[in-house]
Amino acid sequence: MAIMPIKRPRLALGPLSYFWTEEQLLEFYQQIAGSPVDIVYLGETICSKRRSLDSDQWLTLGRTLQEAGKEVVLSTLTLIEAGSELGALHRLCQSDEFLIEANDLAAVQLLKGKSFVAGPATNIYNQRTLSFLTKMGMRRWVPSVELGHEPLVDLQENRPEGVETELLVWGRLPLAYSARCYTARAHNLPKDDCQLRCLDYPDGMLLSTREEKPFLTINGIQTQSALTQNLSHQFDNLCQLGVDVLRISPQSRGTLKVIDLFDDLRNQRITVEEVAAWVAKLAPLGSCDGYWHGEAGMEKHLEQIEGASS
Amino acid sequence: MELVCPAGNLPALKAAVDNGADAVYMGFRDDTNARHFAGLNFNHNKAELGIDYAHDRGARVFVAINTFPQPSGWKRWQAAVDSAADLGVDVLIVADIGVMDYARERWPDLTLHLSVQGSATTHEAIRFYSEAFGIRRAVLPRVLSMKQVEQVINESPVEIEVFGFGSLCVMVEGRCLLSSYVTGRSPNTFGACSPGSHVRWEETPTALESRLNGVLIDRYERDEPAGYPTLCKGRFQVGGHTFYALEEPTSLNTLPILPELKRMGVAAIKVEGRQRSPAYVAKVTRVLRAAIDACNLDSDGFTPDAAWLKELETVSEGVQTTLGALHRPWQ
Repeated sequence: MAIMPIKRPRLALGPLSYFWTEEQLLEFYQQIAGSPVDIVYLGETICSKRRSLDSDQWLTLGRTLQEAGKEVVLSTLTLIEAGSELGALHRLCQSDEFLIEANDLAAVQLLKGKSFVAGPATNIYNQRTLSFLTKMGMRRWVPSVELGHEPLVDLQENRPEGVETELLVWGRLPLAYSARCYTARAHNLPKDDCQLRCLDYPDGMLLSTREEKPFLTINGIQTQSALTQNLSHQFDNLCQLGVDVLRISPQSRGTLKVIDLFDDLRNQRITVEEVAAWVAKLAPLGSCDGYWHGEAGMEKHLEQIEGASS
Repeated sequence: MELVCPAGNLPALKAAVDNGADAVYMGFRDDTNARHFAGLNFNHNKAELGIDYAHDRGARVFVAINTFPQPSGWKRWQAAVDSAADLGVDVLIVADIGVMDYARERWPDLTLHLSVQGSATTHEAIRFYSEAFGIRRAVLPRVLSMKQVEQVINESPVEIEVFGFGSLCVMVEGRCLLSSYVTGRSPNTFGACSPGSHVRWEETPTALESRLNGVLIDRYERDEPAGYPTLCKGRFQVGGHTFYALEEPTSLNTLPILPELKRMGVAAIKVEGRQRSPAYVAKVTRVLRAAIDACNLDSDGFTPDAAWLKELETVSEGVQTTLGALHRPWQ
């Protein structure tokens, strides 16, 4: 592998995947404004019924964060079904104020010719796809979370000029989207009368196996892993690969600490072993990194590192 | 409405053609298609025989190259596209942007359909593939209600195919990674969901347990019928309750709404099940053929024959059927 110049990666806070109240949201992003994160993704990516902030309020929040020195990106809804959702997407994609993260090919269609970010659900797995979308205006891409280290080496070596790579380094894995709302189903409610139950679960609902092992997280129409993907121990590898942006996915607790840890890591104020000592506390249900190694996403290779720190 | 039926192997292809399929769809024997199962699919020789068989009897042949190649596998997908073109198939069913770009450049006359794995749920997403690669048809993911399907059809630049019968994905196709989270293999990367290689059955003193790579998917009491551990169709615990938290083992069956689909302008009805037996293919094709013919003759007076429904129930997963997302309360 060719040795690439090592660059200090930027840190991004991915879009919030859960449903919080207006107060929770505003308080959270106020704290984020003062954090060392460089890029903040805003907007609702899961369910169009979640309207704690309307589109004007998201824009206002974006401006506030921009004034605090953050690059702001607006994220689009991932699974678009209703005509009203498509209408909202049209309006969002017409705005030129902020860069937009496309989480569906409908968004790519509406953004082509402009600059855009392709989110993790746009299914970029190979160089030809990467090149094609770059020609359409993509300037940053987030690989599908199931893409491991090995294909990424290839893609980084051959990636088109001017496109940045952003990788999820901390957070629950986004695994699936459905027409059905599982949170409503767990409450025996139809989706059309969900009573906004997601508000009661600021970090989603835990789904366990019948052996009571944490397995998945139910988040409305989305299914996430119960475990947190943690790639902090791959930090040097990520820098060597030329990954430009490290994405952290928000949770109701611990997110600021996670941001600080990655910031300390990139500024060499802390070692990966010292970060590892925090993992159990910040990911109480456990962590995983199997996808990175080309294995089942739920697998974990961190033991050696965590062992080395003790 | 065209009837598009699954051909997992040559006997299934013949069963589909003999029982009235307008088109059959098949895949090659590797991970370039979304039914990459041991012993399934076609090598070059069998594909040639199958294509001749279908063409001699007036049926079209579609080849699914509908998984997402990674750099190390790219040449295999490219070879699959070339091979399908050489064989003279009627349509390629594709999902990956890179594969479409290659097919369009190398074989500009080859007809492309957007696979359900392409995950296009709106006319704008379909427009993307239509403008970029000239796709001629899109297969809709099983996440839309009837009203939403109609909206897509009204605005779509190309014709629309919907699933009419078979095992039901509850997640939007092309964007479900549950299987690789548990096994390392997903429909997108490997062409299989909850692969048999990772399934283990365990007898305990009181129950039968199904596991996928060690994860308990379900546990059956002695007299309970056990189903294949497709991981979204197991019983799990949420909020202190144990239930089918994502979906029950059921099959999609659109027979009751066939006239409605026709009125909306659906161009083709697809039957799922390349992994199923030739007997399944024969039975489902025969019933769907009869139903579509009846619907074409008199769609206002159409009611599904009780015998058809009974026949379909015998081959349904979990021995029950649903309209899935098409029927709003299911969501």
